[in-house]
Amino acid sequence: MAQLFQTSIGRKVAMALSAIFLMVFLLQHFTINSLSVISPEAFNEVSHFMGTNPLVQFVLQPVLIFGVVFHFLMGFILDIQNRRANGQTYIKYNGAANAKWVSRHMLLSGLVILGFMALHFVDFWFPEVNIKFIQGDWSGTAEGVEGFRYYEELRHKFVNPYRVGAYSVAFVFLALHLNHGFTSAFQSVGSNWGRKKVLQTVGLIYSYVIPAGFIGIALFHHFTH
Amino acid sequence: MRLTLKIWRQENAQAKGAMVTYPIDNISPDMSFLEMMDVLNKELIEKGESPVAFDHDCREGICGMCSMFINGEAHGPDRNVTTCQLHMRKFKDGDTIHIEPFRAKAFPVIRDLVIDRSAFDRIQHAGGFISVNTSGNTQDANAIPISKHAADTAMDAAACIGCGACVATCKNSSAMLFVGAKVSQFALLPQGKVEAADRVQHMVDQMDLEGFGNCTNTGACEVECPKGISLENIARMNRELLKAKLF
Ligand code: HEM
Ligand code: SF4
Ligand code: FES
Repeated sequence: MAQLFQTSIGRKVAMALSAIFLMVFLLQHFTINSLSVISPEAFNEVSHFMGTNPLVQFVLQPVLIFGVVFHFLMGFILDIQNRRANGQTYIKYNGAANAKWVSRHMLLSGLVILGFMALHFVDFWFPEVNIKFIQGDWSGTAEGVEGFRYYEELRHKFVNPYRVGAYSVAFVFLALHLNHGFTSAFQSVGSNWGRKKVLQTVGLIYSYVIPAGFIGIALFHHFTH
Repeated sequence: MRLTLKIWRQENAQAKGAMVTYPIDNISPDMSFLEMMDVLNKELIEKGESPVAFDHDCREGICGMCSMFINGEAHGPDRNVTTCQLHMRKFKDGDTIHIEPFRAKAFPVIRDLVIDRSAFDRIQHAGGFISVNTSGNTQDANAIPISKHAADTAMDAAACIGCGACVATCKNSSAMLFVGAKVSQFALLPQGKVEAADRVQHMVDQMDLEGFGNCTNTGACEVECPKGISLENIARMNRELLKAKLF
């Protein structure tokens, strides 16, 4: 195992596995967020479950954090190695002639996503950690709010048009990242599925529908608040 | 045709090198790109200047020597051809053509457009072969049945001529298309399966040692490869390595 990750291919496989894990997580996150549009009660229930279940909080959450950090650190490391492997750069290089823009700018789209995550953590994750782990309040309720607080908090976040704008831009870049990343990940783990029409279509749908859905949810709350 | 050539000139491996502009006239659209270079070199020699050094041998797309990065693409704008198979009719009268050597840290420039591709040789030496006992009791190759599909796929992989266009084109200077092809051509056949696990590990180790980059599946190599080597060979190599390391 350790030997495997000392090879360039092993590192690529690890990168792809972390990416596939993140894509599964993203699907789960999207499903829960969608509930906020369909049923505030269901959204509150599921949010409370996810926020207080020990398995989610103490097992899945650390795994997720590790997955994210591993993914972008490995992305940086591989990118630095690749730049080193170039040596002297070309005077004239026509990258557009043989590869899609999205595939050549994974680091750029990834950096925008990373910027978004910083905002996302300040918005949602730090307050949650503060309430639960510092203030020790696991009730999921708040003063002035009937029932659970999660839905109201979510609505409140999307009042600010600048925040909604920033969210939307970030999700456009996530779409670009996934547009190449989805099929690329299958290729990296040694599967030919990434080259099959079916999976390319699934990848296309995934990479556009999920980010568009996240944007739609943000816009929905912004305009109905 | 009248053209303006901008060519990378570099005295030797240590020299700095720069683009030099050469106007050229009376080029027939039916000439190959290398014939055009021959015309230029003849003029340079007649003027007492040093000719542009470039690699070539077969001039029919077999040897893979004619490495030139033309207008930002390995082997120029045409598809499935080497530089020697590229015709001047692919360009327009009055065009400016940029000609650079293939570039990668693992492919140092020796002079002008000539590069050192011995890194590929060392990868081949690390495992790109099968060990056969030829001391009088060699088996008849036809005694081992091989499916048509396997034979065809192996043959497609074996079409790689080791030109290095994949590395030159790749934004990461990755050699995975070349190594993927060399691993695949054996991994698909029963004769190659015997040493498959050792082969892929040794070749990948050598590839990493030579300082080639990591594949990010942009697919540029497959587009620029003169022999149409498929990206599927990279996935196969990844599979082979995973198998060898994990089982
Ligand atoms: C946190 C910020 C992120 C950064 C800095 C980042 C960076 C990168 C980089 C540089 C690559 C290119 C590596 C390659 O193509 O081999 C990559 C690949 C990929 N990323 Fe990200 N990424 C981030 C977040 C995400 C997220 C949130 C997802 C999915 C939900 C994701 C999914 C993927 C996929 C599927 C690949 C392709 C993996 C492969 O080809 O093996 N990334 N990422
Ligand atoms: S894979 Fe194609 S581009 Fe790469 S060395 Fe072989 S023939 Fe040349
Ligand atoms: S000179 Fe042999 S392939 Fe071009």
